Amino acid sequence: MLYNIDAVATPSDSKNSSSRTSANNAGVFVSNEDLKAVAKRLRRHIVTMIGRAGSGHPGGSLSAVEIVTTLYWKVLRHKPADPHWADRDRFILSKGHAVPMLYSVLAECGYFPVSELTTLRQMDSRLQGHADRTATPGIEMSSGSLGQGLSFAIGIALAGRLDSEGYRVYVLLGDGECDEGQVWEGAMAAAHYKLDNLTAIVDNNGLQIDGWNCDVMSLAPLEKKWEAFGWHVINVDGHDFDQLIGAFKKAKAVKGQPTVIIAHTVKGKGVSFMENVAGFHGKAPNKDELEIALKELE
Amino acid sequence: MPEEASMRDAYGETLVELGKINPDIVVLDADLCPSTMTKYFMKEFPERSFDIGIAEQNMVSIAAGLAASGKIPFASTFAVFAPGRCFDQIRMSIAQPGLNVKLVATHGGLSVGEDGTSHQAIEDLSLICSLPGFTVIVPADAIETVQAVKAVADYQGPCYIRLGRPKLPLVYTEDYRFELGKAVTMRPGTDATIIALGIMVAAALEAARELDSQGINCRVLNMPTLKPIDEAAIIKAADETGTIVTAEEHMEHGGLGSTVARVIAKHRPVPMEFVAVRDTYAKSGKPAELLERYGLTARDIVNAVNKAIKRKVKS
Repeated sequence: MLYNIDAVATPSDSKNSSSRTSANNAGVFVSNEDLKAVAKRLRRHIVTMIGRAGSGHPGGSLSAVEIVTTLYWKVLRHKPADPHWADRDRFILSKGHAVPMLYSVLAECGYFPVSELTTLRQMDSRLQGHADRTATPGIEMSSGSLGQGLSFAIGIALAGRLDSEGYRVYVLLGDGECDEGQVWEGAMAAAHYKLDNLTAIVDNNGLQIDGWNCDVMSLAPLEKKWEAFGWHVINVDGHDFDQLIGAFKKAKAVKGQPTVIIAHTVKGKGVSFMENVAGFHGKAPNKDELEIALKELE
Repeated sequence: MPEEASMRDAYGETLVELGKINPDIVVLDADLCPSTMTKYFMKEFPERSFDIGIAEQNMVSIAAGLAASGKIPFASTFAVFAPGRCFDQIRMSIAQPGLNVKLVATHGGLSVGEDGTSHQAIEDLSLICSLPGFTVIVPADAIETVQAVKAVADYQGPCYIRLGRPKLPLVYTEDYRFELGKAVTMRPGTDATIIALGIMVAAALEAARELDSQGINCRVLNMPTLKPIDEAAIIKAADETGTIVTAEEHMEHGGLGSTVARVIAKHRPVPMEFVAVRDTYAKSGKPAELLERYGLTARDIVNAVNKAIKRKVKS
């Protein structure tokens, strides 16, 4: 099961960081067991860095771990040693509060040292509280004000098509984020411009700050909404690597319209006391909680 | 009467000219291309044109994505909608990352006329100037518009150009060369300085002629680049003429007057007067009627200069 990976990070042990900065890992085989190991490391990074920072957003970071693991280790063509490589596939994090998840990915890939993760949210750190494209290698868009990422991704996809570049654009949205009207402005435009080089993923963990989506502001029927806006829709279990890999493969094959992968996930996934708890959207684990979380993620 | 010309036509035609030279220039509009005059570019280069429909927020973030991919996007709508309707998108998608987007907003100020309050941008300069790193330009006529549009195309970074709806008298001749960040002395003078931008430059020149007949020798500065403002020209004017009157088709808060006052207070405190819209919204009316009603005529500038000079004598 080889993908068209010109250059990917290998899921090697985090101690062997030098091997991960190579740009020549063409066609590296990555097994599901490897992916699971990466996902576990990412989760450990996420809770640790947020715990140490004393603030941050663990819930929506943990729910998206398998999605981004699949993307960065199986799907994206990228070169950690050359973040501005012109032919790279672009990953846009629209739900910018989940940036600890992306920092963990980028560090594991070798965009910057894993040791830097502990600087999250500190003065003068490159790892700001929300995504900042001017600060961090590998971050494509400054986000944190919800609703803008799909539109930004459309701009990149349009530019890629104008220049006949082969890169693909991936944008990760939160389900709560779909409350924002701009998401639907973007959904309309992407379909209008038939952007089949664009794939959106909705991290459908069902929760937002004030509670369950269905109680705060119902999104249902989410799938039908995207379909009605002209998108090809794929539903997956957002924690199942086989389903995610299959969905990204299918998205690439769909022509003439953009694809949205609605990834059904669990907010706070992997840490028992955070799972499906809205309160852990934007709250750091305390010292004891961090200890328990890390034990669960051993 | 001096010759009149449309700034919007000048913008549209210049875009086509730039598009021929630079394949990276792309144009976005939000269903207003016959009004903003991006229609000329859209006809000439359909593959590089994106009408986003009535969705200004979407347009702004798409423009940012294009800029992040090496394009030079010119995105246009009315000045009430950008920056008003999509301020946060401009802030996070363009200003914070410092992306190379050119927002060209038309129908600025009260001279929009009969469309009324909803379409009269009198806060846009205040909003856009509040964003770190934005270059803000308000041309005074069609000739300056052409020059300013070319200048921002060559400049790397976020820019906002505000244009008016009606045809305006030309205050420049074709040999004029706009320089980013520089004030232009339209008329020398020693008794007072009028600093104006946009539509008010012609009014300032008319006021200076009237003041001349009253024996008052008034300097007129055009300040096409509102941000970053030409501090040296302001300080020099304060030093040499001892009082300053600003004139703008905008709220008194946060536009040209506020910016000049900040420079003056910091470097050379002299008496100042402000010709601007007071803390109010306007209404439907003919452009000339509105400018008259809300105190934006040459006569208002003359009165302000007289008041400022009196204060100068006292101080």
